[in-house]
Amino acid sequence: MPLLEAITGKRLWRGVHVPEHKEDTERLPIRRMPFAPLLVIPLSQHNGAPSIPIVHEGQEVVRGEPIAKAAGFMSIPMHAPATGRVQRIALAPGARGELGLAIYLAPYLSASQEILYGAPRDIADMTPAEIVQAVQDTGVVGLGGAAFPTHVKLKVPEGRTIDTVVVNGCECEPYLTTDHRIMLEQSAQVLHGTRVAMKALGAPRAVIGVEDNKMDAVAALRQANGSATDITVESVPARYPQGAEKMLVKVLLNREVPSAGLPSEVGLAVFNVATLAQIGDLLPRRGGLIERVITIAGPGVKKPGNFLVALGTPLRWALEQAACTDRVSSVVLGGPMMGAAVGSLDVPVTKGVSGILVLEDDHGPAHHNYIHPCIKCAACVDVCPMHLNPSRLGLLARKERYEEMETDFHLMDCFECGCCSYVCPSQIPLVQYFRISKQMNRERKARA
Amino acid sequence: MSSARVAERVLEVRTSPHAHNAMSVEKIMRNVVFALLPISAYAVWMFGISAFFLLVTTTLASLATESAACRMSGKRSSIGDYSAVITGLLLGLTLPPGLPLWMGALGAFIAVGPGKMVFGGLGFNVFNPALVGRAFLQAAFPVAITAYTPAKALGRFTEFIPSSLAWPFMKAAPVTEWMARVRVDGFTGATPLMLRKFDHIQTDPWSMFLGERAGSTGETAALLIFVCGLYLIIRKFMDWRVPAAMLLSAIAVAEAFHLADAARYPGPLFVLLSGGLVLGAMFMATDPVGSPVTPRGMWIYGILMGAMTVLIRFLGGLAEGVMYAILLGNAFSPLIDNLTQPKTYGERRKAVAK
Repeated sequence: MPLLEAITGKRLWRGVHVPEHKEDTERLPIRRMPFAPLLVIPLSQHNGAPSIPIVHEGQEVVRGEPIAKAAGFMSIPMHAPATGRVQRIALAPGARGELGLAIYLAPYLSASQEILYGAPRDIADMTPAEIVQAVQDTGVVGLGGAAFPTHVKLKVPEGRTIDTVVVNGCECEPYLTTDHRIMLEQSAQVLHGTRVAMKALGAPRAVIGVEDNKMDAVAALRQANGSATDITVESVPARYPQGAEKMLVKVLLNREVPSAGLPSEVGLAVFNVATLAQIGDLLPRRGGLIERVITIAGPGVKKPGNFLVALGTPLRWALEQAACTDRVSSVVLGGPMMGAAVGSLDVPVTKGVSGILVLEDDHGPAHHNYIHPCIKCAACVDVCPMHLNPSRLGLLARKERYEEMETDFHLMDCFECGCCSYVCPSQIPLVQYFRISKQMNRERKARA
Repeated sequence: MSSARVAERVLEVRTSPHAHNAMSVEKIMRNVVFALLPISAYAVWMFGISAFFLLVTTTLASLATESAACRMSGKRSSIGDYSAVITGLLLGLTLPPGLPLWMGALGAFIAVGPGKMVFGGLGFNVFNPALVGRAFLQAAFPVAITAYTPAKALGRFTEFIPSSLAWPFMKAAPVTEWMARVRVDGFTGATPLMLRKFDHIQTDPWSMFLGERAGSTGETAALLIFVCGLYLIIRKFMDWRVPAAMLLSAIAVAEAFHLADAARYPGPLFVLLSGGLVLGAMFMATDPVGSPVTPRGMWIYGILMGAMTVLIRFLGGLAEGVMYAILLGNAFSPLIDNLTQPKTYGERRKAVAK
């Protein structure tokens, strides 16, 4: 197969094979998690300007009702995840340890929690501009983890045309199985959302790429697609980070997104399957994004699963539903390769959280080990999907030559997938070096 | 309830990635040592207790030098990473079995001291430390380091080669009389390269293949060295590109010479088996510290060293060229790295200057 892949150009990038650990949850259907006694809805859970609250303390809200409005085009509204009462609008801890304004909502325990807000509409006659507005009104952002407002990506940039919509069903991060379950259980919504995106962008075709460790999802999507030829479902080799949009478009269409550019420069728009499933579901009923599917898994979890969770559910509540072992050492939002560890369980589940990974003492990299000097073994060079030279970048970072890293060694092309740190036999925290280096460069430019 | 304990626990906040493939410097180095052990054992079988004590001396001297250097610089001792063991073993394997032990110890000191620790230790040295030690000995003691003794000598497990036990800076006991006494018919004290270059005698390829020939302690058993190197490649402790490039380019250059003048220049098989080429290509050229990290760079580096080895042997004054070829490759490695930076994903053409 490798020879064939080399000829067909399907393995033109590098990456690593990471143990998948998906077997614990990939066969577990999505279950709804009970409402927490208090939901915390941060006003900035997306990329862009924070939303502006339109409710006041003590106000009663209905599940699905808007509670905050978008602050401009690069922003989104928020909707009440439950019927209840706004307790207060105050600061709340975020995943990165920061404090941000949030709406505290106490659900009514006796309420039926039916979605009473919204009304059906015919989306067949909508113009692209109307679709963009309608998607902004749903408050949907990239659910794969980037949390970039989806309606912004649905607007074709001036002077460009989009010929293909690429739908990302790779889910290459170990442990996570939410996209897998969504493709199986909500195939119709995924395809529905894909058609909405094609229409908004004027794209004549779409390709759904799914890693070949989820062939049941490929089959489900193909069956739902029927005989339609404008949407194709393709399997791609399971290899981390196949789910990075740059890697996916390379494998599916042999196109490269230019450095520091957007996929639209090469005629593409890329969306995650869960994002499109939400649009396919919400748009026809004027709904808002109030819940999402997350995987709770990892060695520290006794009852792992895929849960439909109300946004704003504190991690502590979510982890209680999944029962943790008594050796938990750290809690990570997202997967083990790119996820961020949190310092507090008061942090809520937000729109960009695809999973909660619970690690035990002896899991995770050997952090307590001594960091050896770089022995120039080139393992990092061989795995970097962007074809960078992490070895040299790491040495330069140690010498604080941040500017040279950017001008001569393409530092800004690093998207922090973690492959280099994963394989480094010297346990050098390369990705962390690069994060710091980027930040140092940003600060230097800001001073200039 | 268990979930309550989660709330009580202090959470560790680490940076991603939260997983690692369990490869480590110690593991790589330990496996290189494992791969060198069969070669060392075979060397002792061929050359007896002199070889054994030479290997022990160079290894212990390497460890002692590394430990002392760490203590002097106030650093945590780095002998646990096994790299000093590798340097010591490799140095011993590249020296003639009858080399005075004190010279072996001195060579190991030079290898690890000025060759590695002065640069900052593992990862910072420019040249392969073992070869730095050997190059020093070659320059300082040109006679002793070319004084080879025959393999499979009689009584090699009970008697030292007389030169082994020479006192420092004293004239070594002559080995000619000893050699005449212990030499088995068909075995000589000159290496196949020397025999060809200076006496125009061709050595039987089969005995070279099995390592039953004179030569440096651990360089003779080409087949065994190849298999041990292959173990490291298959277990992914070593990159296959450098040895492949070096061996293939040596074969190609030798074949070109051989085709041009078969009477003067031996064929590729002889070139592969006669000296330290396989040991050098498998265990010294592959030292990651001195090699380029870019994929194209590795090929260029290997090709350069393979070609240089043959050119030194065929056109130079020395019988053997592997050591200088690798040291030269090490010297060129940073330059090769700079000139072969990979083209990145989505790279834009540099804007043309206005």
